[in-house]
Amino acid sequence: MMYNKRYIIPGILVFALACSFPFLLNATSEPYTRPALKLPPGERACIEPTSLMRTDHMRILNEWRDAAVRDGKRVYVASDGKVWEASLQNTCMRCHANREQFCGACHNAVSARPDCWSCHIAPETPGAVRISGGGKLP
Amino acid sequence: MAAAFLFVLGTGVLSLALYALGMTFFLGVVLPYAAVLVFAVGCIRRIVCWAASPVPFPIALTGGQQKSLPWIRQAEFEAPSSGLHIAGRLFLDIVLFRPLLRNSRAETLDTPEGMRLVYWPSRWLWLFAILFHYALLVILIRHLRFFIEPVPACIRALEFFDTLMRIGSPAAFLSGPIVVAALFLLLLRRLYDPKLRYISLAGDYFPLFLLLAVALSGIFLRYWGRTDIASVKALTMGLVTFSPAVPAGIGAAFYLHTTFVAALLICFPFSKLMHAAGVLLSPTRNTAANSREFRHTNPWNGPTRYRTYAEYEDEFRGAMAEAGLPLEKEPGPAGAE
Repeated sequence: MMYNKRYIIPGILVFALACSFPFLLNATSEPYTRPALKLPPGERACIEPTSLMRTDHMRILNEWRDAAVRDGKRVYVASDGKVWEASLQNTCMRCHANREQFCGACHNAVSARPDCWSCHIAPETPGAVRISGGGKLP
Repeated sequence: MAAAFLFVLGTGVLSLALYALGMTFFLGVVLPYAAVLVFAVGCIRRIVCWAASPVPFPIALTGGQQKSLPWIRQAEFEAPSSGLHIAGRLFLDIVLFRPLLRNSRAETLDTPEGMRLVYWPSRWLWLFAILFHYALLVILIRHLRFFIEPVPACIRALEFFDTLMRIGSPAAFLSGPIVVAALFLLLLRRLYDPKLRYISLAGDYFPLFLLLAVALSGIFLRYWGRTDIASVKALTMGLVTFSPAVPAGIGAAFYLHTTFVAALLICFPFSKLMHAAGVLLSPTRNTAANSREFRHTNPWNGPTRYRTYAEYEDEFRGAMAEAGLPLEKEPGPAGAE
């Protein structure tokens, strides 16, 4: 027994549609695979293990930024004892030179918008003009 | 209250224990699917149950002038008399939480003339509720970025406005602190007023604690309990394309958050949270205040045979005349018997 069928049934249909919306939206899409990153040729390993880089690269960059900007410290000692220059452009981008194919691939997929490029100039940006000194661009 | 708190705490401990046991497939695939299923089926079941309850009479709650003579102005949204009025009133209820603006509280006030009873408008509930619900809506829509590839521009635009202040890195979503603050305020409001505390049950505290757990675990996940978000999207996209797989390297913080969300979805149809559908199905809000305009007859009343006084008198006229009772029609000289 159901009263007010002409309101209840459309209402339930709308609710069911809302619940299944993400499923319906992907009904025809290709199976999702995590973005393929263009890894630098020749290099075997990043400054830290891949699993740590995946979760903590932004924390490391934040720490580098704070240490470099506030204290002028530009030395990073990795967990394996290797010493690196704490610099996005001189260290990270020496290997990961293509911002779109490396950084952007994951960031676009998950809609992460880090603020790196409001100060740093991405090397492949056409027509980019260096406005201040600093690290040498690759 | 303690029971509700312990239940939420237990959910979190259970999630961490299952993660420690390596049951990430259960936490990442089985539980989310089960939760969505329970949520959808449970809500529909509850709506069908409600729709099966007859509402024979209009029982609209009115707060203004009912439709009357043409020169008396009707308060359309306070005493709706047409479908359009009802739709307008429900829209304002849902979008602006208008009924909560009506809350008042009675207090005694010391005045130079002595104690006086005064009624204050009390709009704290409205403020906390509207903050909470809209922040939660933003959070809900934002999470679609994990279920749609590529992320649509409208969600990116919402993220732009939600991170407008660009505080910290990753930039803080403003809806996060708002939802947590609103939940704490709703909780404190419940604890602050002795009358309100007296009528609060475990079922009132449980959704507050659970939503707090969801919000705080989500905030922890984003800013402190770092997890590989690309793997998270691989997991969530696997769920919505029905090809579930659990990528390695997703931390306990993620499963803690999703377990709280799953608990919320599962308890939703069985809790006061069903007011989401109930607001549309409340006869006090969705019936027209037109009981003067139309005669409403209970539709399942059986056919009633009325007996008129004339018929009654016809049957007992003789006995009534004998007892000397006044009669509408005097018995005939020939005698009716």
